[in-house]
Amino acid sequence: MLKHPAAPSSQSAVNVRTFVTPRGLTVWLVESYAVPVVSLEFAMRGGAAQDDPAKAGVGMMLASLLDEGAGDLDSQAFQRALDEKAIEISFRNDREHMAGRVRTLAKNLDRAAELLRLALNAPRFDEEPFLRVREHANARLRHDVNDPGSVAARSWRAGAFPGHPYGQPAEGTLETLAAIERADIAAAAARRIARDRLVIAVVGAIDEDGAAALVDKAFADLPARADLAPIPAATFSGLGRTDVVTLDVPQSTIRFGRPGLTRDDPDFIASLVAAHVLGGHGNMTSRLFREVREKRGLAYTVFGAFYALDHGGFFYGGTTTKNERAKESFDVSAAEIRDVAVNGLGEEELEKGKTYLIGSYPLRFDTSAKIASQLAQIQLEGRAPDWLVERNRLIGAVSLADVKRAAARAFGDGALFTTVVGKPEGF
Amino acid sequence: MTANPPASKVAHFTMKNGLEVVVIPDHRAPVVTHMVWYRNGAADDPQGKSGIAHFLEHLMFKGTALHPKGAFSEYVASVGGHENAFTGPDFTAYFQQVAKEHLRTCMAFEADRMTGLVLTDDVVAPERDVVLEERRMHCDTDPGAQLGEAVQATLFTHHPYGVPIIGWGHEIEGLGREDALAYYHRFYTPENAILVVAGDAAPEETLKLAEETYGKVPARGAAPVRVRPAEPPTVADRLVTVRDQKVQQPNWQRHWLVPSCRTAAPGEPEALDVLGHLIGGGQTSVLYRELVIEEKLAVSAWAYYHGTALDQSRFIANATPAPGVTLETLDKAFDRVLAKFLADGVDEAALERAKTRLVADAVYARDSQSDLARWYGSSLALGQTIRDVEEWPARIDAVDAKAVLDAARKWLDRRPAVTGHLLPLDAEAA
Repeated sequence: MLKHPAAPSSQSAVNVRTFVTPRGLTVWLVESYAVPVVSLEFAMRGGAAQDDPAKAGVGMMLASLLDEGAGDLDSQAFQRALDEKAIEISFRNDREHMAGRVRTLAKNLDRAAELLRLALNAPRFDEEPFLRVREHANARLRHDVNDPGSVAARSWRAGAFPGHPYGQPAEGTLETLAAIERADIAAAAARRIARDRLVIAVVGAIDEDGAAALVDKAFADLPARADLAPIPAATFSGLGRTDVVTLDVPQSTIRFGRPGLTRDDPDFIASLVAAHVLGGHGNMTSRLFREVREKRGLAYTVFGAFYALDHGGFFYGGTTTKNERAKESFDVSAAEIRDVAVNGLGEEELEKGKTYLIGSYPLRFDTSAKIASQLAQIQLEGRAPDWLVERNRLIGAVSLADVKRAAARAFGDGALFTTVVGKPEGF
Repeated sequence: MTANPPASKVAHFTMKNGLEVVVIPDHRAPVVTHMVWYRNGAADDPQGKSGIAHFLEHLMFKGTALHPKGAFSEYVASVGGHENAFTGPDFTAYFQQVAKEHLRTCMAFEADRMTGLVLTDDVVAPERDVVLEERRMHCDTDPGAQLGEAVQATLFTHHPYGVPIIGWGHEIEGLGREDALAYYHRFYTPENAILVVAGDAAPEETLKLAEETYGKVPARGAAPVRVRPAEPPTVADRLVTVRDQKVQQPNWQRHWLVPSCRTAAPGEPEALDVLGHLIGGGQTSVLYRELVIEEKLAVSAWAYYHGTALDQSRFIANATPAPGVTLETLDKAFDRVLAKFLADGVDEAALERAKTRLVADAVYARDSQSDLARWYGSSLALGQTIRDVEEWPARIDAVDAKAVLDAARKWLDRRPAVTGHLLPLDAEAA
């Protein structure tokens, strides 16, 4: 008997209000005055997928340069202005978005809004920070050249999605970064920073009027429309193949994956439940954790999860094991994946998985910054605020038959494309 | 500038069996963070048994006489909770984050494994392999981490802070069930533990739950005494170099022995915190401006004071050289920047910015129940008091330019240090 059957609560993890600002921007707001802090998270569609392959990394450079001088403030003046009020503003570029976050003490909200406005509307892209940021990016790339985890991730991505933007390194290469000029950064900013594919969440000691003023000040004067290239659907390559990258280290870093379902697929949620039970991140009771780590002591980390991007979904997992036992570690993982593909899940593990996914959802909302980040993500996925309740209802409704069907579709025959970095024996 | 007052009343009790209890109420969400901290860490590993504190932390998930292996983790997962544990040089901690109605059950499980651990060779052996894989992943495959271990081992010539938390590989291989149990029986006692509950929990009610669970753990008498050899005075500058064919990006670092929050004179840890921020905290810091922006010798540069330690601790500077710049050039450049900083004196506006930033961190921490639980837990595990924690912003606020310069002169300026160089295999010899 299960002590805690999956019983999704109809209560939302947080109390979200959505509204439209006087200048027409949609905001998701959570008002909370327990701590005098305000967090804002935004994201614009675009991201590294928009990079010209010959200039891969231009989006990363753009995100890195937005807080390096804007308006009348050069890089040092801008950074000092942040420091004076302990305001945190940062930008980042992932595969499909450029995102940013602000954290400030509520008393410094006006200054934070002004600095965010400057960064987004009047970035300078001065020569000095441009060269400095590029050198720093080059140093990171040189550091990663022989870092097993970086090599494995890069190699796997390139092999799984050859010729597609998803296969390109978002951080660029030494060659592509060298090809980027300041004008490219400005051009990328002009095409990508706009109002039409923007999502915003505000959380903390701030009311609707305050949030509207903050958002309108920072975002309302941006161009109405971004000018983005269409991205083709990502087709998955290399199923059944294993690429070995030789590196002189005592341990093999293994990364494997295969195509997954897209976010709008009716079986998507059931496939997430299957992957959680199989090898969810942080799941110390998952099958992979039990078989690879606990029973056999093959690895410290082992995981597998579905990732849904806008133009394709995929399963991605991995483990790291000493070279002598790398093949065993891979074989045990692959056997578990095949088992889920063919047999689905057992009743008890399905119920446990569902209860965990439902019950742990509120833990994603335990700080202002995490709430803002979650709310931005939910908007990027095209969901309404009722997703905060609906997500758990859908997970609660996943049946054994659902999960078997979804696993069969998502894991197919269990074939994988695999990259192994190290000196693995048996591959 | 006035420092912010504490967020709420943090409650502090000591139970009959010696267990300290700290409750940090935060009622924004119906969630609690439940942690138990033990006042022992890797620096308390017996000679020749390096890594036993960390190995035992892994083995604590292997079940007790009352609850078989996996039962606690299964329970936490079944209620949608998160759990984990970590080992530091001076403490070991276990935590779960769960909906508040599950707090009592977590307490019962955690109290049970304070004394009830059962270990058999068939769970110990695979877990030792897991730890060896952890070591391979985080250290043996990463020349930067290998340099870090070598620098640390050089800086601490005698004190166990020189030994890696995870242990040396050859000693991990020899750790067994008896070693783990001996260490467990010595340190896992109520007198040596601190219970921290942060989140949607009322102090009196939480204490009652603690009495019903942890209260049943028998007292063992006095808390165990940590006996560690003291680090002798340092007179030698040392250079530690790791050359590896995998390295394509060199790195430079320097470490000094400095007092910790427990060994320093009053006011000194805060002066060192501010000094670290002024010299190497972010893009407006002295090191970044001089080495990265002005002289273009480095592509990144930072410094940091690590004050949270029981015994003598470290001040660290780190720089990544620009292409074509040798690490010997950075050796000299750092000395020049520090000398200039001391000669020019502290810019008052920069001092204010550094203090503003550090004090704001205390406010930002209040937004996270798990950050607060870790802050209070680690501080108490080092022997500090609730008051020490809550008055930290005021003490930072009181730091003046003279205190910063005094700290720099006393602990960094021409003081013996360990410099670390990370280089490609074929780099020219220094």
